[in-house]
Amino acid sequence: MKTITTTTALGTYLVRLGDDNVVLGQRLGEYVSRAPELEEDLASANTSLDHLGMARYLYTYAGEAEGDGRSEDDFAMLRSEREFTNAMLVEQPNTDFAHVLVRQFFFDAYQVPLWTALAQSTDARLAAIAAKGLKEAQYHLRRSSSWMVRLGDGTDVSNERAQAAIDALWRYTDELFESDVVESELEADRVAPLSSSLKDAWVETVDRIFETAGLARSEDDFQTSGGRDGTHTEHLGYLLAEMQWMQRSYPGLSW
Amino acid sequence: MSYEVPLAPGEQPDNLDGEATSAHGWPLWEVFVRAKRGLSHTHVGSLHAPDAETAVQNARDGYTRRAEGVSVWVVRSVHIHASDDASSMFEPFEDKPYRHPTFYEIPDEVGQL
Repeated sequence: MKTITTTTALGTYLVRLGDDNVVLGQRLGEYVSRAPELEEDLASANTSLDHLGMARYLYTYAGEAEGDGRSEDDFAMLRSEREFTNAMLVEQPNTDFAHVLVRQFFFDAYQVPLWTALAQSTDARLAAIAAKGLKEAQYHLRRSSSWMVRLGDGTDVSNERAQAAIDALWRYTDELFESDVVESELEADRVAPLSSSLKDAWVETVDRIFETAGLARSEDDFQTSGGRDGTHTEHLGYLLAEMQWMQRSYPGLSW
Repeated sequence: MSYEVPLAPGEQPDNLDGEATSAHGWPLWEVFVRAKRGLSHTHVGSLHAPDAETAVQNARDGYTRRAEGVSVWVVRSVHIHASDDASSMFEPFEDKPYRHPTFYEIPDEVGQL
């Protein structure tokens, strides 16, 4: 089943990117006060706010693109689990520090080529959003890459836990590179790249960092997908319940 | 003498080789931020990090997130050597006001120094 949540391809596409960013931002926000050191709490909060900021730009533009008057809050706070079209990778839980960083590394290695391509979009506003996102993503990738090397090349325990996180999250990586009719339509107008075209850059980054870090791709190559159609792992519902309950309990509440 | 680095609860003293010696704690680093080109790096505080690269990244998140800087230095706190005994080090200068340039007539042509 294909759930088109907005009336235009551009709107649908922007909501997907917004969903990726708001869900990952929420996950990183949850992690504040739970990182192994205060400094990593700060880094997590900073990264979270970068993703949240991108989600706001993307949702606001999506609302204008679809023309139904939906606001950024309508997208983030008033849609249910089946209406979220984020990739399943970003909703995976903060099992431990290694899971948080591996999830981030996989996503950063995807976002850098994504924003690089979108910065060349024929849609000037999307290109401007992407140019801003690219600078943030490049820093995120630098941080998560260096942590991959530290965890992989650190102690036996850190290597083991990093590899366990890779094995657990590997199955959610192919989904980032699936293309569909929405992307084909945008690609024809050179508004957005096909996600499949981003995979080579991702593989190159992952292999290079894994080699330095003494880590390996998962031996289990099973892959799953469905997030872009609104089919998610069980974790997303709990995340949204926590994120949305205030707005659901007190509709229209604002600071 | 060297600067006494306060230890976190459970933290063991570091050795000077740049390696953390405890399972609990990362070593302490002092952070210096240059606010803009042409100004000196200024001490802004300290943080914990396992190595220099991570210390720079943590300094970025802890001390420059409101666009306070264009450059960051980090130095292991154990490498800072501080003065001691202020009475003999600095008090002797307090009764030597003639070392301030206030006893000279400044020619008008000089203008504002």
